[in-house]
Amino acid sequence: MKVLMLGWEFPPHISGGLGTACFGLVGGLRHHDVDVVFVVPHVFGDEDTSSVRLLGTQSWERQHGVSPASGGSAATAAAPEAAGPAGARAPRNGDAVVGDAAAAPAEAAALRVLGIDSALRPYLGPEEYTERVRRVEEGADLREPALSPPADPGGAPRATHEREPDPGGSPPAPRPRAAEPPGPISLGVQSKIGRYHRDLFAEVARYSAVCAGIAAREPHHLVHAHDWMTFSGGIAAARTSGKPLVVHVHSSEYDRSGEGANPRILEIEQAGVDAADRVICVSHYTACVVKARYGVDERKIRVVHNAVTRREQRLEWHQEKAIENPVVLFLGRVTFQKGPDYFLQAAALVAKEEPSARFVLGGSGDMLPRMIETAAQLGLARHVFFTGFLTGDDVERMYAMADIYVMPSVSEPFGIAPLEAMALDVPVIVSRQSGVAEVLQHALKVDFWDVRDIAEKILALLRRPALRRSLVESGREEVARMSWDLRGQLMRDLYQELLA
Amino acid sequence: MRSVVFYFQVHQPYRLRRYTFFDIGRSSDYFFDESNARIVERVADKCYQPMNELLLRRIEATGGAFRCAFSISGTALEQLSTWAPWVIQSFQRLAATGAVEFLAETSHHSLASLFDPEEFRVQVRSHARRVQELFGVRPSSFRNTELVCSNAIARQAESLGFSCILGEGADHLLGWRSPHRLYRPEGCERIKLLLRCYRLSDDIAFRFSNRAWDQWPLHADRFASWLAALPREDHLVGLFMDYETFGEHQWRDTGIFEFMERLPEEILARGMRFQTPGEVAAEADPAGRLDLAYPVSWADAERDLTAWLGNDMQRAANQALWEIGREVRSTTDPALHSDWRRLTTSDHLYYMCTKWFSDGDVHKYFSPFQSPHDAYVAFMNVLDDVDRRARHRARHEREEAAAAVPADRSEADLRVELV
Repeated sequence: MKVLMLGWEFPPHISGGLGTACFGLVGGLRHHDVDVVFVVPHVFGDEDTSSVRLLGTQSWERQHGVSPASGGSAATAAAPEAAGPAGARAPRNGDAVVGDAAAAPAEAAALRVLGIDSALRPYLGPEEYTERVRRVEEGADLREPALSPPADPGGAPRATHEREPDPGGSPPAPRPRAAEPPGPISLGVQSKIGRYHRDLFAEVARYSAVCAGIAAREPHHLVHAHDWMTFSGGIAAARTSGKPLVVHVHSSEYDRSGEGANPRILEIEQAGVDAADRVICVSHYTACVVKARYGVDERKIRVVHNAVTRREQRLEWHQEKAIENPVVLFLGRVTFQKGPDYFLQAAALVAKEEPSARFVLGGSGDMLPRMIETAAQLGLARHVFFTGFLTGDDVERMYAMADIYVMPSVSEPFGIAPLEAMALDVPVIVSRQSGVAEVLQHALKVDFWDVRDIAEKILALLRRPALRRSLVESGREEVARMSWDLRGQLMRDLYQELLA
Repeated sequence: MRSVVFYFQVHQPYRLRRYTFFDIGRSSDYFFDESNARIVERVADKCYQPMNELLLRRIEATGGAFRCAFSISGTALEQLSTWAPWVIQSFQRLAATGAVEFLAETSHHSLASLFDPEEFRVQVRSHARRVQELFGVRPSSFRNTELVCSNAIARQAESLGFSCILGEGADHLLGWRSPHRLYRPEGCERIKLLLRCYRLSDDIAFRFSNRAWDQWPLHADRFASWLAALPREDHLVGLFMDYETFGEHQWRDTGIFEFMERLPEEILARGMRFQTPGEVAAEADPAGRLDLAYPVSWADAERDLTAWLGNDMQRAANQALWEIGREVRSTTDPALHSDWRRLTTSDHLYYMCTKWFSDGDVHKYFSPFQSPHDAYVAFMNVLDDVDRRARHRARHEREEAAAAVPADRSEADLRVELV
């Protein structure tokens, strides 16, 4: 069976759980003889290749004789092959693997990642997007604060731009200080988006057009689109090929923005769920949202929970914890949806009882500067630490250094992070307003607003080794049962049901 | 006769690396040596070295009539000694003319005067010793970090034996009074307060190259004529500024060097003289008392402490800094003392300033970090590691002390038994 799958991020270039979930799902499908062509806005060349192999654009073009991006943009096609040797790394330069792929065509089979050069960035609101484009066009560097994710990781040659002082210009305000470097030394990656459209919705339309082109040339039995940015692409692809459409709701606009939902995004989501033959939800919690908010026919909805990939070698980080203090971790986008402010309020209560506890607020997002200031305000300067955006190994190192993981999300369709924490033997506290709470027995559950309860549960885990041990041991078994392999099987059955 | 008092501030902090949470407990390599060396070498090349040569020529050409003062922070002296020792030699040549006074300040350009009087004395004494070693004269005039001055700070300086302290001639402090006189801070008996004339100082330090300024371009003869035109009874003009003004803030092609080349003769030709702060204090009497109830600095329009202590991050970081300092100083580990002292440099707090966050040009210009929050996060990570080292070290030293006593005793007991 061949599936044309539309997504917008793939590890390690992820800004949330979506890329991780897609990666896991694709791996699970591969075990059940489903071939996936995975389309993403941009392929960086350093995607996770421990179990997949990437092919460059030119090999795709050589095989198909035409660029999938008929809109005139340079397209990158790559095909990670899930059965590739563990630990094999793809060369950074996509072109460099062409020869390799050509030499071993048989290996380049099960999963291919097609990159469409696009300025789409996950979780970027339309206003932010327009602002970025404006800044780029004004010649500004998209210099992110160091605590933020790289703007366009690897998308262009990495360069640091030292700003020279304006020649002859006097510093514009009174009393500048001793002469110091004109440019920042804590370097984010600075690069420019290759080709941009003025607004995000135009970009979505462009992505959709390319998807239709791919659908015309890539044989497939059905189209599977993940979240709103690819829904239009999914509709276009399914219309082109006449194949069934599956849309997968990892997160809805209501989860991300509450009642401040963007009407145009809602419109796209509505069109996606209406056009779909099946709507996959990552939890019953999400299924309820989809039913209630979008009026989707129950018979079209299926729930497929996320799972987790456990790799034993990760545990070696445990030996690297260099501080003796207990570490309580929040790790996720620092946004309204994830409830970082509730984490800090709970931290303030815990710090009074257990001054040795260290709270780490990991991740980046629009609320980060305010959270840093709030921690200082609450008298937590010596208790709360910030890591900024973490990637790759640092994510696992962070989990492995943690003694407790807290996910105080305000509204979380699923929430894969607690599973990753549990896979690394970290006991978790999750909000009941999350999909993952449905599938977990061996986690402590709280209401996100009840900071006293969160604090009490953190203290209980710090002070009751037996509770901690029991959660870790049972949690490990619980997570081991949640394999992507099983989810892949479930998904394949859903596909077959649809094709039957 | 009107006296013109030039004082130039030389300072370089030890800038931090982007030290992350993962580094805590693993690495005590906090300071960004590569960047610090590069900056010191660049500023030495563009400013310190050419300007020192220029001033030396002026002193010689005027037979010592041109005189001026420097305050060089301890962290700048240390970095220059390491990365640009020829600049130290050049300052020594200036010292040898006898026309240059070197002022005292805290060794680490810190705000210890406000938060830790004991540490303040330690840093001032250590700086004075270093100045004497390098330039042969023990300083008699004191300037506090960022010209922060108050009655209490002036009293501390007085008790350390200084005869003169420098301060900002802020409008809100002076009211109707003139900045061109000597004053005595309330509560002091001997020390004299010499004020900066910010209008004339900033004409050189900030407005010099501003083409929108109606006095642009400024030439030495015009500037000297402004000094000459002050009211008769204004006998002092304090021109205090960062030394980096010359060649770094104001680039060479603005004509700033030519301006300074001409200025001494233009001033002398108009019947005025140059003096150093120590010479002024030895000769003139205070015109009256001045009440500095709250600390006044030379920073920003506010002339207060908000550039360093204006937001919650800065106040929290500052509080943690001095708390941890007490632990650090209870140990005898010199590396730990040295690391912590480098963190007391006020620049680290300055980088966390959010006052100009919206249009933050100046702020970004001087910060090695991309945002005040980045600066705060890195600083707090480093502080936590220092704290950790201090606590381990203190425990270790206590255990050693405790172990030493019974060991001796049992040995003595053993000898008794053997006897």
